[in-house]
Amino acid sequence: MLYGLKIALRYLTASKAQTALLVLGVAVGVFIFIFMSALIGGLAEFILSRTVGDISHVTIKAEDADPPILISPDGHVLAVVEQGRARTATLADAATWVPLIETVPGVTAVSPQITGAGFLTRGAQVAQVGVTGLEPGRESAILDLDGYMVEGTARLGSGLIVLGQTLADDLSLRLGQTLRLQSSGGVSTVLTLSGIYRTGNGMMDRSSIFVSLPTARTLFALPQGVTRIEIKLADLNAADATALRIRALTGLDAVPWTDGAEQLMEALNAQAQTGYFLKSFALITIVIGVASALLLSTYRRRPEIGIMRAMGAGRSFVVFVFVTQGALVGLLGGLSGAALGYLALLPFPTRDAFRPGTLPMDITQGSYGLAITLTVLGAILASILPARAAARVDPVTAISQ
Amino acid sequence: MSALVEVEGLVKTFGSGEAATRVLRGLSLTLQGGELTALLGPSGSGKSTLLTILGTLMKPTAGSHSMLGTDLVAADDRALTLFRNLHIGFVFQFHNLLPDFTALENVAFPTAVREGRETAAARTRGRELLARMGLAERIDFPTANLSGGQKQRVAVARALMNRPELVLADEPTGNLDRAAAMQVMALISEINRDEGTTFLISTHDEKIASLCRRQVVVGDGVVTG
Ligand SMILES: Nc1ncnc2c1ncn2[C@@H]1O[C@H](COP(=O)(O)OP(=O)(O)O)[C@@H](O)[C@H]1O
Ligand SMILES: [Mg+2]
Repeated sequence: MLYGLKIALRYLTASKAQTALLVLGVAVGVFIFIFMSALIGGLAEFILSRTVGDISHVTIKAEDADPPILISPDGHVLAVVEQGRARTATLADAATWVPLIETVPGVTAVSPQITGAGFLTRGAQVAQVGVTGLEPGRESAILDLDGYMVEGTARLGSGLIVLGQTLADDLSLRLGQTLRLQSSGGVSTVLTLSGIYRTGNGMMDRSSIFVSLPTARTLFALPQGVTRIEIKLADLNAADATALRIRALTGLDAVPWTDGAEQLMEALNAQAQTGYFLKSFALITIVIGVASALLLSTYRRRPEIGIMRAMGAGRSFVVFVFVTQGALVGLLGGLSGAALGYLALLPFPTRDAFRPGTLPMDITQGSYGLAITLTVLGAILASILPARAAARVDPVTAISQ
Repeated sequence: MSALVEVEGLVKTFGSGEAATRVLRGLSLTLQGGELTALLGPSGSGKSTLLTILGTLMKPTAGSHSMLGTDLVAADDRALTLFRNLHIGFVFQFHNLLPDFTALENVAFPTAVREGRETAAARTRGRELLARMGLAERIDFPTANLSGGQKQRVAVARALMNRPELVLADEPTGNLDRAAAMQVMALISEINRDEGTTFLISTHDEKIASLCRRQVVVGDGVVTG
């Protein structure tokens, strides 16, 4: 229907100002749609990277088995292994699991760890701390320890300790000083302070300390195995599926970060819903705008429609002419709105460089194609009713108007 | 020779009940091929109503209507649209041309709309027709810039585009001054003589009617003379 297209184009160009205004209106709707997509998407990204970016995406913990109990046939407890020295359950075969887990698609880092509790003493001062033993060379695999260093280095070695700034201030510690760390199991060792970090997480900066894995082995009397394997993924949202894969592959109890993060997921979901809501409104505005503009246009052109019908134009031709106008307005508005949206998002920092205090717009999440497609579909939908009304115009009354 | 158009016992009633107006009351009329006929009658006598029924733009309340042997009362909208396109040309008093299109585009419309595009052949015929109407210089003019007489001549050219057997003209000169009216009538007579196209022209102007070979007078919803 080349000829129908020609007529539609002529009608649009005949009233340029009106068409331009209509296209602008559609473009604004598309702009809002894209802006919302980028904002909601960027916000989700931002919140996730803030809350989940520094934590393990999939975690394998050694199951803390119940203390072994010996029970007699008549139900009397004969013996209980006390918690204490024989404390920790371990992932004994970590050495074989780690390389295997590294081959799972989407896994970007694997960090075998030994964790436990201890006391840090410096002179007369004592602080209770959580101890994490990290494999040298993988210190920043999960938590970006390197990025949080304010003094010294994150690099761990035998006899070295890295701790938070709050703790360092509490104990008046300076780099190079020595201090004593005693594990909950009673093993104690002297360590040299080689790095001070600040994450901004108060709890962590006050009570988390890091040592090398070999040091942790001595402290917690674990000659082999680890207590925990932390895994980082390329895609946060793949955690559930990847955890299942790792579980199937190793038989270990791999837990995705989403377990126990229901509140965060709910918040993100609610935020996404708000986004859909606003985007739907933008689309509805477009549909109403196009529909009313076309309804007005078909009304104004009733005599012409009558003439065309008298000259042998079929009803379907009239429908085609007006639906094509709607589609063209949608396409033009969609393209210019998408271009405007893209240009408006350009000045915002990229997702890796979000700074607090600015809107975390993500230009890559503008949904440009979707915005244009939905707009064209919406505009076509909006024009069907006016077009059908136009096709039903009675040529006799239209011409004698 | 069988008639080009035959209507018999044509009745047209607008509205219903108390407000019903019977405009045509059993009107019968036959048009032979090649005739140039004036349709006379006072204002409100039903001339336009008859023309729109003959043009298949409206169906009669009762009576028969056939053209070229086809029963047009029974035909559906789709069939009538094609029939109109191929066999009937129109010239109206007002609202004749598509204002956003040039003279040539208006003239080519009846062919282009059927063929789905404006072919070179259609444009050539359109140019010839416009030249014949003395509008060779106005071919690419937006029709909004044409005078009333020029517009009606473009309308006549467009009515002839598909070489229809019948052209229906409803007071085509009603809005024109005498000179322009005479020019349009002269062109219509010339086409009728050279091509044998049948014209039915409604008018209440005796002078215009006298230029036609046959006069039909409508009164009280029937042909009275
Ligand atoms: N669509 C219509 N609805 C109601 N009455 C109509 C309609 N069209 C025409 N009429 C009436 O029919 C009568 C004849 O009108 P018309 O055919 O236009 O006469 P003419 O063209 O001879 O002046 C007039 O009284 C007019 O009011
Ligand atoms: Mg009339």
